[in-house]
Amino acid sequence: MKVLVAVKRVIDYNVKVRVKADNSDVDLANVKMALNPFCEIAIEEAVRLKEAGVADEVVVVSIGSKSCEEQIRTALALGADRGIRVDTEDAPDSLSVAKLLAKVVEKEAPGMVILGKQAIDSDNNQTGQMLAALLDRPQGTFASKVAVDGDKVQVTREIDGGLQTVELQMPAIVTTDLRLNEPRYASLPNIMKAKRKPLDLLTPDELGVAVSSNLTLLSVEPPAERQAGIKVSSVDELVEKLRNEAKVI
Amino acid sequence: MTILVIAEHDNNELKPVTLNTLSAAQAIGGDIHLLVAGSGCQSVADAAAQIPAVAQVLVADNDAYEHQLAENVSKLVQGLAASYSHILGSSTTTAKNVLPRVAALLDVNQLSDVMAIESADTFKRPIYAGNAIATVKSADAIKVMTVRGTAFDPVEGTGGSAEVVNLSDVCDAGTSRFVNEEIAESERPELTAASIVISGGRGMGNGENFELLNKVADKLGAAVGASRAAVDAGFVPNDMQVGQTGKMVAPDLYIAVGISGAIQHLAGMKDSKIIVAINKDEEAPIFQVADYGLVADLFEAVPELEGKL
Ligand SMILES: Cc1cc2nc3c(=O)[nH]c(=O)nc-3n(C[C@H](O)[C@H](O)[C@H](O)COP(=O)(O)OP(=O)(O)OC[C@H]3O[C@@H](n4cnc5c(N)ncnc54)[C@H](O)[C@@H]3O)c2cc1C
Repeated sequence: MKVLVAVKRVIDYNVKVRVKADNSDVDLANVKMALNPFCEIAIEEAVRLKEAGVADEVVVVSIGSKSCEEQIRTALALGADRGIRVDTEDAPDSLSVAKLLAKVVEKEAPGMVILGKQAIDSDNNQTGQMLAALLDRPQGTFASKVAVDGDKVQVTREIDGGLQTVELQMPAIVTTDLRLNEPRYASLPNIMKAKRKPLDLLTPDELGVAVSSNLTLLSVEPPAERQAGIKVSSVDELVEKLRNEAKVI
Repeated sequence: MTILVIAEHDNNELKPVTLNTLSAAQAIGGDIHLLVAGSGCQSVADAAAQIPAVAQVLVADNDAYEHQLAENVSKLVQGLAASYSHILGSSTTTAKNVLPRVAALLDVNQLSDVMAIESADTFKRPIYAGNAIATVKSADAIKVMTVRGTAFDPVEGTGGSAEVVNLSDVCDAGTSRFVNEEIAESERPELTAASIVISGGRGMGNGENFELLNKVADKLGAAVGASRAAVDAGFVPNDMQVGQTGKMVAPDLYIAVGISGAIQHLAGMKDSKIIVAINKDEEAPIFQVADYGLVADLFEAVPELEGKL
């Protein structure tokens, strides 16, 4: 079975983003970028499926400008076999990404597609579900366990009330939650090897997808800042404040 | 303009967050229809019909919808969509699973976690773990969105008598099957609906120590939450995680115990009215957002707090 993993280049999760002074967007100039943490988990899961003999090839795809090849290389260093970049300008919206991915899936015919459940920049949590809809395939979102059994896969999902397990007919779309696995670090030899792994370029034209959007970003503002309050010196003082000042207990 | 809201329920009870989502629908304006898709969900439909803000309740009661599998429910909603200008769900794992799928079937985008309605086509939503708020305008024919419950006051739950329409369409994609569920049972209020939340982090040390928080919670009628580190370490189950990728809470009082205050955690709780932090490290970033900070060892401070309530 072939596994296709879709990854996104995003701001590093340790960096606190700033809003531009003119409120047009966030400021990403000179900000450290990285593989979206959920995508890293997706790669790890695919590589483990390969190591377990369930998958025989792991293909990684990212959509964006040349700079996201850095993240494709990271995925290759983590164990993916080859990469595909679909060349687009700025981050397309989720629907466009899903449409492009659907075409890549048609070309590659994987048994499973694994994506992160959300990207930590747009926080959308949509692409996997949209891809599944466009392909008319089942989805196992927010996965904390993936178990392949013949032509079916059981996915345990993190839901608001606890955990839910569903069984999906493959090909299936899986999106990862945080506890699916703990991604490995890329070793130096693997980083070197990744440089020689194949990385193909596709264009939206070749895939027959017109990238456009009905969404317009009007402005971006910083959130209302919270003022740091006071330090209390004892539990007594805390209880007194909560009772008489804040009146919340 | 007619708006379709997807009811959040477990076939027995209508979840209160539905009332918050209806409030967002009211802010958009127009007639509101509420869809109850489930199996053996008559009691939910009855409750839904009593909501004054709802003009019509659509009930799809069939085995295919028992577990609200996205493959089936998305097709059901797709079939209804043509009559609506907006389709809204709550920011719950159920709606987050279904609505992007609906949007793609309708060839429109979805807006996630909407926190303010500016007009019928312009909305505010958090991005970058809530470190920026985007105002987005949608030119899509049908606006599909999930709504952050804590950002909207709930509408009245009773006093109305909406028309109830039973839908006979059955959409069963046949590609997915529910296997089982492990739902955490708790006597305490639900995290996202509680007016007081007490959460523990890695500093709790282990799962047994969460009993210290449970005792305080019982005295305050509070819900108990956790940081990702506490969940990852296996102290408590995943449904207790508060944060960017867990639950968003905005109670009157949030007490963070042994939590450092990473941006991903703050994303889920910084809209709380009053924040209390108990942490032994006076440099912990959580103190920058806390109204009341207590620098102390939690193993002394928490039992003392319980004793004084
Ligand atoms: C993609 C992504 C998504 C994430 N999503 C979330 C999310 O949704 N929610 C979330 O919470 N995190 C999330 N995180 C993780 C986040 O970055 C932090 O790692 C996590 O919040 C830290 O949890 P913590 O504060 O419990 O642990 P730590 O940062 O280890 O802090 C423990 C604190 O306990 C204090 N402490 C220890 N012992 C005691 C004691 N005896 N008495 C008093 N204080 C004590 C310490 O001083 C310290 O401040 C995410 C991370 C990533 C990369």
